[in-house]
Amino acid sequence: MENKEVRIGVYICHCGTNIAGVVDTKAVAEFTRGLPSVVMAKDYIYMCSDPGQNMIKEDIKQLGLNRVVVASCSPTLHEHTFRLACQDAGLNPYLFEMANIREHCSWVTEDHEAATEKAKALVSAAVRRVYYQEPLEVREVPFTPAVLVVGGGIAGIQAALEIANSGNRVYLVEREPSIGGHMAQFDKTFPTLDCASCIFTPLLSEVGQHPNIELMTYSEVEEVSGYIGNFKVKVRQKARCVDMDKCTGCGVCIEKCPWKTVSEFDDGLAQRKAIYTPFLQAVPNVPVIDKETCVYFKTGKCRVCEKFCTANAIDFEQQEKVVEVEVGGIIVATGYDTFDPSVITQYGYGRYDNVLTALQFERMCNASGPTAGNIVLKDSSMPKSVAIIHCVGSRDKNYHEYCSRVCCMYALKYSHLIKEKTGAEVYQMYIDMRCFGKGYEEFYERLSDEGVNFIRGKVAQVTVRAMNDEEKGKLIVVAEDTLLGTMMRVPVDMVVLATALEARSDAKDVARLFNIGRSADGFFMERHPKLDPVATTTGGIFVVGCAQGPKDIPDTVAQASAAAARVLAMISKGSVEIEAAIAAINEELCSGCKVCSLLCPFSAISFDEEEKVSRVNEALCKGCGVCVAACPSGAITGRHFTAEQIMAEVEGVLV
Amino acid sequence: MQAIAPSKEVIDIIKEEGGDVLKLCYQCGICTASCPWNLVRSFMVRKLIHQAQLGLVDFEDEDMWTCVGCKACVDRCPRGVEIVEIWRALRRVIVEVGVAKVPDSLRLTAKNFAGVGNPLGEPREKRSDWAKDLGVKTYTKGTEILYFPCCIQAYDPSNQRVARATVDILKKAEVDFGILGAELSCCGESIRKSGSETLFQTLAQNNIGVFNEAGVTKIVVTSPHCYHTFKEEYPEFGSNFEVIHFVQYLAELIKEGKLKFTKELNKKVTYQDSCCLGRYAGIYDEPRQILESIRGLELVEMRDYRENSLCCGGCSGRLWMETKKGERFSDLRIEQALEVEASILAVSCPYCMLNFEDSVLTSDKSDIIEIRDIAELVQEAL
Repeated sequence: MENKEVRIGVYICHCGTNIAGVVDTKAVAEFTRGLPSVVMAKDYIYMCSDPGQNMIKEDIKQLGLNRVVVASCSPTLHEHTFRLACQDAGLNPYLFEMANIREHCSWVTEDHEAATEKAKALVSAAVRRVYYQEPLEVREVPFTPAVLVVGGGIAGIQAALEIANSGNRVYLVEREPSIGGHMAQFDKTFPTLDCASCIFTPLLSEVGQHPNIELMTYSEVEEVSGYIGNFKVKVRQKARCVDMDKCTGCGVCIEKCPWKTVSEFDDGLAQRKAIYTPFLQAVPNVPVIDKETCVYFKTGKCRVCEKFCTANAIDFEQQEKVVEVEVGGIIVATGYDTFDPSVITQYGYGRYDNVLTALQFERMCNASGPTAGNIVLKDSSMPKSVAIIHCVGSRDKNYHEYCSRVCCMYALKYSHLIKEKTGAEVYQMYIDMRCFGKGYEEFYERLSDEGVNFIRGKVAQVTVRAMNDEEKGKLIVVAEDTLLGTMMRVPVDMVVLATALEARSDAKDVARLFNIGRSADGFFMERHPKLDPVATTTGGIFVVGCAQGPKDIPDTVAQASAAAARVLAMISKGSVEIEAAIAAINEELCSGCKVCSLLCPFSAISFDEEEKVSRVNEALCKGCGVCVAACPSGAITGRHFTAEQIMAEVEGVLV
Repeated sequence: MQAIAPSKEVIDIIKEEGGDVLKLCYQCGICTASCPWNLVRSFMVRKLIHQAQLGLVDFEDEDMWTCVGCKACVDRCPRGVEIVEIWRALRRVIVEVGVAKVPDSLRLTAKNFAGVGNPLGEPREKRSDWAKDLGVKTYTKGTEILYFPCCIQAYDPSNQRVARATVDILKKAEVDFGILGAELSCCGESIRKSGSETLFQTLAQNNIGVFNEAGVTKIVVTSPHCYHTFKEEYPEFGSNFEVIHFVQYLAELIKEGKLKFTKELNKKVTYQDSCCLGRYAGIYDEPRQILESIRGLELVEMRDYRENSLCCGGCSGRLWMETKKGERFSDLRIEQALEVEASILAVSCPYCMLNFEDSVLTSDKSDIIEIRDIAELVQEAL
């Protein structure tokens, strides 16, 4: 503590009527003037405005303030603003303290008297606390100009290309043998109906050939350590059993392989070989051997692929390896899973042949799909009528409460494809048509014009029990037409379930790996839903695309570019500021018990074997305080959260 | 055409009577399309909910009394709306506020409840007559279990078989149990769902008083309706005892080897998931485990089973109201049972038993299918 008189200035913000409508700000200011060391207290309509900030700066200079308290909104909103104002006036920003009398006070009650009393208590706490606050220095660390992108769907590809095109290094990690993700499975894209592969394949090959992109397919991130600007990432590359350098991508091995299994890429509608690439335009165009299916790995016999490979690229002995990369930022673009509709037993998925999921139908429409783009029933005939059931697993408390945001639109797209390819009658079984994007409403109108039938009602059942001759041999879709107020039985040949998008089944593990949060719906959580939609609460780690929540391709691409821009801004600046409010160990008190280093979630504490004391790595420490609370000797102090400061704050609230 | 305006007063009354959940409904219509009534006649559940949302309810409409409370709609409702509670609230407005006429049959039943504490109008003192010659002890403090048969099982001659079989099984398994008689009333489940809240609370408080005085800690019931009411509804009036449906208890006794089957039962049996045991309590496995453990018995499932089971038509006071021939779910259910060639339709609920026996009789099918409670089948195989 400096041997200087403490001179505190306090500002009570009205926030328009947000605070002043409930709290008597004049009375709070009056009360504050009577607190020890308070030199002045003012109330003002908007402290965050320029005049408000200028007032602080002027007062620091004129009145020689050396501590400042602003009682206004949440520190997450404006602490930074006011710290900068203090800094501008030559005051160390850590000598500023904020009291939240909006979110914690005026917004949560209508009792004016109680709110005013609570505001006084909060201000009193801040005043007592700030008395003990000490100046701290923010440190800067260099930002490694390389980025890890996790996930090679459209989100990851877009982000990777943006960064790579700026001249910076990208490591693109993809779990599957090829990049492409869900978009590679699609046929057309709404609302323009351009062919997905026509617009997407060029991007895939650009990624494959880009000098700044190191593509790591058939790989998964195993461990992430470090901090913003300086992450160390371990990536496990599974054994392809095919030498990437030798393989020419001729495909003879695939052709000759005698062993088959269900194709994941075709969502179970077709089979693939044991040695395979997921699809024709795969990047890299190098097959992998699926050890579960390959008979050589089970019995030691076969090696047909090896015999036919003229490039000598098959390598049964290939081992998986772990590589470590160093990056400044990480973009998580791990995508989504699709909802398994077999749990809704009354829709008959898995029981009736011609009940399909949306993804299966998508593959069926695709020219390179299992039916060469023909929409056909199990018996290979063309359907004369198709019903599309909306909201399967979405907008439903029994499954997912949220709207999956893309189903209405892809259902309309399917209607068009069905009409175009089969001329069949199409019934859209919907609850609400949500066509909110650019050109979406126009697409809805176009499909209405094409003669699609819209029936408003959530389907209760798909049954094969005919009640008349017309229904015989059909799938009968049962719903109430809620606009007519009558029961409907729609006999059709095929049913397509507009299945929900859901968080990846391993999203929990991935969240832990990258130390990012998840929202209640299971998707990764953004730092702020409106103002910071691609950042996470962990500095330097961003989340884009459907990993953050269901969204369409335009929104996904926009997010990916946004995250790329955020990372590039950091790279361009070359350094990042890191938290000054971190832990400090008093080595004289440290008993060397190592409790702190065991508990530290950021591996920021190491043990000096010679001195037998623990030491904090200031670059790694985030100031979370776990070690402070755990240290049995009381040897660790959390800077800016010292026991003295916290006790003073508590006293302030209570007195 | 005359335009109408929402009625805030009516909305408020419905909400006050417990219908607040209706505000969540987003009018998708899956309730209408899942409702078994629409297999036999029109019942526009969604439309009626929307009318209630706007306070535009016609309380004289016979559909105020149509809902059987089977919960088929609630199970599928994407917004989790407790639709059965909406109908209970609408009926409360009629019964407790008195805005419309209560059907005659229900009024008579309510009178019986009020007078003698059971829906059948039977004298209280005869409540334990079914057990006269069985030598069952009266429940006293310290006895492990109180066996509580439903009113129908206590009074209805055909349903008394179930109570007697239950006692027989409990004795064979050497369970320490007793019964209580005249002082007890009906659990009140059906009268509550029929809107007579005050009457229900009187019954509930009477029973809780009797249980408490006798020191009851564990009750075994043979009706899913008693099960639901004791377990889910009595606690709001301060009850504090464990409730077990006999199928749960039986499954446990069999698993623990306390019951040994000695006879084979070479029959094809199908099982009716009672709404109150299935969709209300999620008990689907135990009845099937019991049936499958009987040697020789072949268990087959009907078209609609477990979560998708078809109601017998007897919940929510409908048992006491007349349902026209051609509109009885129980008739459809018998057809489903015959469709899978079952010779026995096993039940675990007295309402199901009554409705199905009636259907079998009126459709003259008693030579091809029997209605038996699971307890009876177990008793026969012991």
